[in-house]
Amino acid sequence: MTPESELTTSESTQPIATFLVFRGSAEEPQGFQEFKVPVEEGMVVLDAVHYIQQHFAPDLAVRWNCKAAKCGSCSAEVNGKPSLMCKTRMDALPLDEPVRVSPLKAFPLTRDLVTDVSWNYEQNKRITPFTPKDENTDAWNVRQEDVDRVQEFRRCIECFLCQDVCHVVRDHDQKDAFVGPRFLVRLASLEMHPMDAADRIPFIKEEAGSGLCNITKCCTEVCPEHIHITDNAIIPLKERVVDRYYDPVLWFLRKLRGKA
Amino acid sequence: MVQNYETRYECHHHDVLVVGAGGAGLRAAIEASAQGLSVGLVCKSLLGKAHTVMAEGGVAAAMANVDGEDGWQTHFKDTMHGGKFLNNWRMAQIHAQESPDRIRELERWGAVFDRTESGKILQRPFGGHTYRRLCHVGDHTGLELIRTLQDKGVHSGMDVYMEATITHLLMDNGRIAGAFGYWRESGRFIVFSAKTVILATGGIGKAYSVTSNSWEYTADGHAAAYRVGAELIDMEFVQFHPTGMVWPNGVKGLLITEAVRGEGGQLTNSEGERFMKNVDPKRMELSTRDIVAKAIYREVKEGRGSPHGGVFLDISHRGAEFIKKKLPGMYRQLLEFADVDITKGPMEVGPTTHYTMGGLRVEADSAQTTVPGLFACGEVAAGMHGANRLGGNSLSDLLVFGRRAGIGAADYIRQNPGVPVIRDEDVDAAARELITPFEQENGENPYELHRELQTMMQAKVGIVRQEADLQSALTDLQGLAERARRVSVQGSRQFNTAWHLAIDLGSMILASQAVAHCALQRQESRGGHTRLDHEGYNDYWARHNSTVRQENGDMRIGVSELPQMPEELAKLFEEAV
Repeated sequence: MTPESELTTSESTQPIATFLVFRGSAEEPQGFQEFKVPVEEGMVVLDAVHYIQQHFAPDLAVRWNCKAAKCGSCSAEVNGKPSLMCKTRMDALPLDEPVRVSPLKAFPLTRDLVTDVSWNYEQNKRITPFTPKDENTDAWNVRQEDVDRVQEFRRCIECFLCQDVCHVVRDHDQKDAFVGPRFLVRLASLEMHPMDAADRIPFIKEEAGSGLCNITKCCTEVCPEHIHITDNAIIPLKERVVDRYYDPVLWFLRKLRGKA
Repeated sequence: MVQNYETRYECHHHDVLVVGAGGAGLRAAIEASAQGLSVGLVCKSLLGKAHTVMAEGGVAAAMANVDGEDGWQTHFKDTMHGGKFLNNWRMAQIHAQESPDRIRELERWGAVFDRTESGKILQRPFGGHTYRRLCHVGDHTGLELIRTLQDKGVHSGMDVYMEATITHLLMDNGRIAGAFGYWRESGRFIVFSAKTVILATGGIGKAYSVTSNSWEYTADGHAAAYRVGAELIDMEFVQFHPTGMVWPNGVKGLLITEAVRGEGGQLTNSEGERFMKNVDPKRMELSTRDIVAKAIYREVKEGRGSPHGGVFLDISHRGAEFIKKKLPGMYRQLLEFADVDITKGPMEVGPTTHYTMGGLRVEADSAQTTVPGLFACGEVAAGMHGANRLGGNSLSDLLVFGRRAGIGAADYIRQNPGVPVIRDEDVDAAARELITPFEQENGENPYELHRELQTMMQAKVGIVRQEADLQSALTDLQGLAERARRVSVQGSRQFNTAWHLAIDLGSMILASQAVAHCALQRQESRGGHTRLDHEGYNDYWARHNSTVRQENGDMRIGVSELPQMPEELAKLFEEAV
């Protein structure tokens, strides 16, 4: 179990990185534990965490699945920045100082690097699902231009880094009033789907809390799928809410038709 | 006798318990819910993270949107040819016939596929498919599929148990009665009573060291079902995907989608030769996976490999704009992970463990295993793909047979209305077994054992095999199995990954034994199984599936005759000649 032999052979040729990894749970003592990890070419932070598990701390709790930035499981904060560990390259980090790895701050701690992200799954359940305009079972005729926009949103891998970095969720803990960037993206993917028939604008305003976003674009910056969350999803949804509720001409027309 | 396990363990009761929440499990759970049943869906990870998200290239269905001549008969023939005729013909037929409906249904549930000029679902070419047949969304088709099913599923009324692992199936007089497992987060045990169980637990790829599979692929379903008497077939057929990255180390094993070849990617050796012309001049890079993987293996063995022990795969001649549109994920991933710009030059690729063709024997129409009330779909089930799976046929497989398993479970419940009873002693025995690693001091390290298993399987039961290696592998596996019983872990049961691995190890070793035994028995080379000492096809083995079952505690290896294809389907192959 001790890595002595590996360390002695590698010390001469390989650089060693110092890791400070958060350990603990709500019930156990919490703090950062230090580990020394030999750095190999092409290594990512998740490789280092696995090395620590295999050599020093077998019970280190961490979530991961694909190790290919496709599943969004290994979200954590590396040097304070919400990141996918499988995608954070060691050669992109300053190794003359320790690499700090900690769990997502916006969610309750389970243990070590694992947090309870169940709140996110609850948000999805509140959203009216896709509601097809056309119930017959023939294939639809839809142009690529009409789905390009929606396809961008559907690249989301649900890593919840955008939820973690968002001030409204993270610092102000307004989880009861705001669904967060991920689910505004989900709402945008439904609202802009050319074959969807449901109306989610009242939900977006009243329950999803689109007005709480103050467009700081932090979510867009951390998105590993490079989805333009703020510009392409949130701002257009805000505009739809404004058009519906605050446009005087539309408001008057709705009054006339009796659709307040 | 009164059973009191309910007072000692957390218990949940369902008509149908689905184990595994990848595409197959989700599709099965949606169907069973639609049939009005109470459904529990257990997933080892968070919902939506299953291996289905890794599928890139597309989902095969003879919709004939791009090539009008395509039809289910051609898809059926391609599937049988790809599987070297070891497939269950009825499964291949159902799959080819029903896939287009499953795609249209997915579109009704919100999936957004790439479109043709005229607005239909676009289809791309893929290895072994006669026509352009793979419906896709760039190179993240699996993500689209699982997200669509996930969103449909959470509104279908099922209960989802996230981050829970099922370790044991529970029986009542020869029929399934439920399952036992633990919450990963707390380590607490859970008992599920159920009238039927549907296994959708995926493959065994984590038994190998070079693999595109995640930690979840530990043969849980294979092992649990085997232990309650279910029969496994064709376990020797493991698919090595031809194009995994071999360099740099950080991305070693990372899958390069077959869509790269589908969109025109070329394979060359160190001499710049497109070596596929020597193996399959007609289909070249679009030959089936077994053939391409073996061709790459040979180039490397014979000294014509790339600097890091692979070959070159190059798509850059298609131009940067085309590549970024058609393979956006691949392009970004390689640029960000590995500093490889695929619009400018080649990748270095080699075979990586990818898919398990073998698994639980199921009835084609209902997806029921040989154990009453136990169903299986997706990768854990066998028969559909024979000796080698065609790319794109996995996503369609899990939609078609996921749905069929849901219907099968509903039919079974209608025909067997009784409620099975779980016995106290079975529950307690399962709990005792799981606790053992905490009670043993100074035992084996699970991570170390796992590494040994992976290295051994890769070397001795890998892409090419021979008798001496397989014999030696079986001896090694015996030793590993004994050491795995002496494994010890420290700490608490709360999210203890060493403990989780200690439990998974037993399943991986068991499945590895089945693979090695079957590989030793089959004295021929076919599809995903290649014997250096038995090259080429053999007439006897062309007519037989391998079988594995437990008898008096021992692993019994045997054969069964291939189901006979009816006249009207056999005729399809005569016409082709």
